[in-house]
Amino acid sequence: MAALTLRRMAPSSGLAVVFPAALLFLWWLATHNHPDGLIPPPDLIVRELADTAGFIGNNDEFSGSLWNNLLASASRVYGGFLLSAALALPLGLLIGQLQIVRRMLDAMLQVLRPIPVTAWQPLFLILFGLGSRSATMLVALGCFYPILLNTIFGVRSVEPRLFEAAAMLGISRASLFPKVVLPSASPGIFTGLRLGLGFAWVVIVVGEISGVRVGLGAMIENAREVSRTDVVIAGMIVIGLAGYLSDQAIRALSRRVLRWSPQHG
Amino acid sequence: MAELVVERPIARPRPARSDPPILRIAGVNKRFVTAGGEIEALRAVNLEIGRGEFVCLIGPSGCGKSTLLRMIAGFETPSEGEVLMNGARVTGPGPDRGMVFQDYGLFPWLTVRRNIGFGPAARGIPKTQVAEIVARFVAMIGLDRFADAYPHQLSGGMKQRVAIARVLANDAAVILMDEPFGALDAMTRERLQSELLTLWEATGLTVLFVTHAIEEAIILADRVIVMSPGPGRITEDVRIDLTRPRDVVSAEFNEMRAHVSALLQGSH
Repeated sequence: MAALTLRRMAPSSGLAVVFPAALLFLWWLATHNHPDGLIPPPDLIVRELADTAGFIGNNDEFSGSLWNNLLASASRVYGGFLLSAALALPLGLLIGQLQIVRRMLDAMLQVLRPIPVTAWQPLFLILFGLGSRSATMLVALGCFYPILLNTIFGVRSVEPRLFEAAAMLGISRASLFPKVVLPSASPGIFTGLRLGLGFAWVVIVVGEISGVRVGLGAMIENAREVSRTDVVIAGMIVIGLAGYLSDQAIRALSRRVLRWSPQHG
Repeated sequence: MAELVVERPIARPRPARSDPPILRIAGVNKRFVTAGGEIEALRAVNLEIGRGEFVCLIGPSGCGKSTLLRMIAGFETPSEGEVLMNGARVTGPGPDRGMVFQDYGLFPWLTVRRNIGFGPAARGIPKTQVAEIVARFVAMIGLDRFADAYPHQLSGGMKQRVAIARVLANDAAVILMDEPFGALDAMTRERLQSELLTLWEATGLTVLFVTHAIEEAIILADRVIVMSPGPGRITEDVRIDLTRPRDVVSAEFNEMRAHVSALLQGSH
């Protein structure tokens, strides 16, 4: 069984490696003769990554700073994400379930939704101050619409047949929501959470570019100011990896919760 | 695939003529308003179903057979007339009338066990008792090995067994079946037909079964109600007095098939 899985995975993971390896090679080819050029070669990035992680000790201002930056960003990402979910989930369930709430809020949300988080940033800096709180709130805003809209969609797309089945089995009106609507909507809810958390890692960089001293966004911005492109790229890679791991975690959770669903389980 | 196990197949007492009908459809008309105008789905339908009868509704599409079934289930309300269950007017769906859908209508997030226990649990029966009921019906449909499987892991025939067990576990007095075997392959279909008959004979249930397959209707039913479209109405009430299990190649069976077939031809 294990051997079979391995054999089946091998060709596809091979393909997954070949293309980025080729890109890396081209990058190296173009840069390895100019270690002091505008774009540093990939091996230098790897060394810089190890240095920011504290494994080498170049003793510059970025040495060993990675973990604090990562921790700060992760706490803002998860703080903002949880805050957003705490608001968007109940609101989405309400909007999806109750026409009166839908009528009341729909137009407003449609107008607010296209405003990008970058446009909100100056206002957030005024509202929440220059610092960590603004970044967290910006993340919360960034997660909000994906979670909200997918929750509404999940609630609104319950198979009508299941309402009939529940009704003929004698379910009470009050139990309909927890017993039929909520489990039916759970795949949509998980899609929203997953998209929201992915977006949180995008927004965090925007949020940390001004007004905070620690965080991956701040690290990238500080490195840019002193023309340390190697640190900029190292920071980007860390954000990519953190976002990826975050997504894997939420996917593992959804596979567990949605194991009944042929699309997820 | 698992076999149906019924512990004591007892002879089913035939309902006496004087027994009041379990279901009475009285002067029912049904019109739907659609974008293209009004559609007359049923006109002047009168029908009585005796307790313990197995009745098939047959007719071409558009004859209103499913609408009639859904009205008895309480999913639709008549435009005029009324549906009476044990003398009381039907105003909505209820556990006394269990419905079996062609597309199963199982809750995909619940295991076989919990799908069957859904009705009893929803009606507030204590947990230990629900577990007993569920165990009995899981065994009855022969799905013990699949009791903790989810619907998407089951074959169509297994899903339909679960759907049937779910309404039986909920103490339905009447089961309403809307082309329940229509999506199954021929072999599974035949097996489920015979299982359904075994079950019906053992329990004294009343079954109302919508189909468009003549042979299926004659294999199963005490009475075949022939319907025709435009507007949907009952054109004939055919009693099938052949002994069960019915032999589909016998002369009597073929006579019956020809008779119902002619009625359906004439109804267009």
